[in-house]
Amino acid sequence: MSRLSVSLPGLNMKNPILPASGCFGFGKEYAKWYDLSLLGGITIKAATLEGRFGNPTPRVAETESGMLNAIGLQNPGVKGIIENELPALEPYNIPILANIAGSTEEEYIEVTKQISASPLVSAVELNISCPNVKEGGIQFGTHYRSAADLTRKVKSVSEKPVYVKLSPNVSNITEMAEAVEDAGADGLSMINTLVGMKLDWRTGSPILANKTGGLSGPAIKPVAIRMIYEVSQKVSLPIIGMGGVSSAEDVMEMMSAGASAVAVGTANFVNPYVCPEIIEKLPELLDEIGVEQISEMTGRSLRQWKTPLSSR
Amino acid sequence: MKKHLLSITSNTEIARNIFEMKLTGPGTATMTVPGQFLHVSVGKHTSKLLRRPLSICDVDLEKEEVTLLYRAQGEGTKQLSQKQTGEFVDVLGPLGNGFSVESIDEGKSALLIGGGIGVPPLYYLGKKLREKGMKVTFILGYQSLEDSFYIEKFQEIGETIVTTVDGTLGIKGFVTDAMDQLISEEPVIYSVGPAVMLKAVEQKAAGLNGFISLEERMGCGIGACFACVCPTETRQSGYVKICSDGPVFKMGEVVL
Repeated sequence: MSRLSVSLPGLNMKNPILPASGCFGFGKEYAKWYDLSLLGGITIKAATLEGRFGNPTPRVAETESGMLNAIGLQNPGVKGIIENELPALEPYNIPILANIAGSTEEEYIEVTKQISASPLVSAVELNISCPNVKEGGIQFGTHYRSAADLTRKVKSVSEKPVYVKLSPNVSNITEMAEAVEDAGADGLSMINTLVGMKLDWRTGSPILANKTGGLSGPAIKPVAIRMIYEVSQKVSLPIIGMGGVSSAEDVMEMMSAGASAVAVGTANFVNPYVCPEIIEKLPELLDEIGVEQISEMTGRSLRQWKTPLSSR
Repeated sequence: MKKHLLSITSNTEIARNIFEMKLTGPGTATMTVPGQFLHVSVGKHTSKLLRRPLSICDVDLEKEEVTLLYRAQGEGTKQLSQKQTGEFVDVLGPLGNGFSVESIDEGKSALLIGGGIGVPPLYYLGKKLREKGMKVTFILGYQSLEDSFYIEKFQEIGETIVTTVDGTLGIKGFVTDAMDQLISEEPVIYSVGPAVMLKAVEQKAAGLNGFISLEERMGCGIGACFACVCPTETRQSGYVKICSDGPVFKMGEVVL
């Protein structure tokens, strides 16, 4: 077993790094830059039942140490993804986490049935936290009973383990995590983006055509660390941590907080080589603190420092 | 596709808020297609994360030097404008498809129409078309005299007509006001500028063969993030990605 390998339900990864959904297309764009088999896994862009065109442009706006996006779940639909996108990833022989979205329960269920049946898909990530479409699933992700209901139904039809991607746009994320754990989720992905907005002060006009968008990038990393730290103490599910990770040091920090694997999002836009560069550097950081296996990093913070859990 | 560290050989203001940055390094050897762009990092240790897509204005392969013109408008490009000679700039590229120079009949004349900060890529394109033996004419549109740049350099390549919105230089009006007599020769059209200008150019040049290059806010610059899409009726998907399918499209190919 290599010192970087981690094992999560459905995801046997040679290292803990995978690109986050929506930040890596369906992989082929980055395959022009490096060998994708270096990655621990890939999260592909969200699938809906029918193809979606997404929101009008502008769809991105830069903010301090971050960016807002409102892409709007653009994708060719689950059939198109299974037929045209997934086969291109087969040669890399790495686990594929398929993100699924929808506007209705029925849509989630149908997409899950189809995509989880693909032999190329290792696990599914239930996206109940996209802030950028009117009916993009966040209505399921901000109330714990609806989240639990949907998780149960998706779980009952999925042929692969189900990770629920949690929204940070809630008053109590631990309550959400516990609800989906009780409903049978196999793991958690956290966090999705924080809803934000940017205006042109001269005209008052929002920069994004969608007006609001999801904030990502280093600006949100402390929020992600705090939420992973809290949730990992209350649930026993493995967590794929994400939110502003852009360096190997960030990966170590997020695993210390409680993540078992780490997804890299916005940083791929800044530096297309960021994932392989992080992977290459991790052993050096492990050496520096005398840790042999990277899996030992998960939850290290609380083990080392018996910090009282916040009262939230 | 590659990431390069290029060294700044000059970075100077050549018109109001318009900067000419020359960069050198071995990475320039691949920058042979006009209309492509570099995705330029403003720099480490800044809160401006995203790269800026800047068109290639000129390349000197012997000197290993690429020229970019940009407008210092927001915080990121203002920071770029303060960089000094000898500093390094991290760029991805060349990205995008660029203008197809090969597919054009040599006997044809070419009309190159640019507006504002859309003008720069027409310089490298004009040089390439001239090398092919085509007769090249430029229409360059600016807000005013103070905002105009590179006119003498364009004149070295071909006839250059200037329009300004306020009439302080050349013809008062828009680039389309200078097109009428020039399109009677049925030239191939190449146009770069804001969407509203490209739309007007397409209408004016209806029936002619031509290419446009689009501008849009970009995320990744390599086709992964789906930030810079544009609708089209000519492809089954219903959209194109400006960064990786474009930025150059045939006239009429996308919905402006």
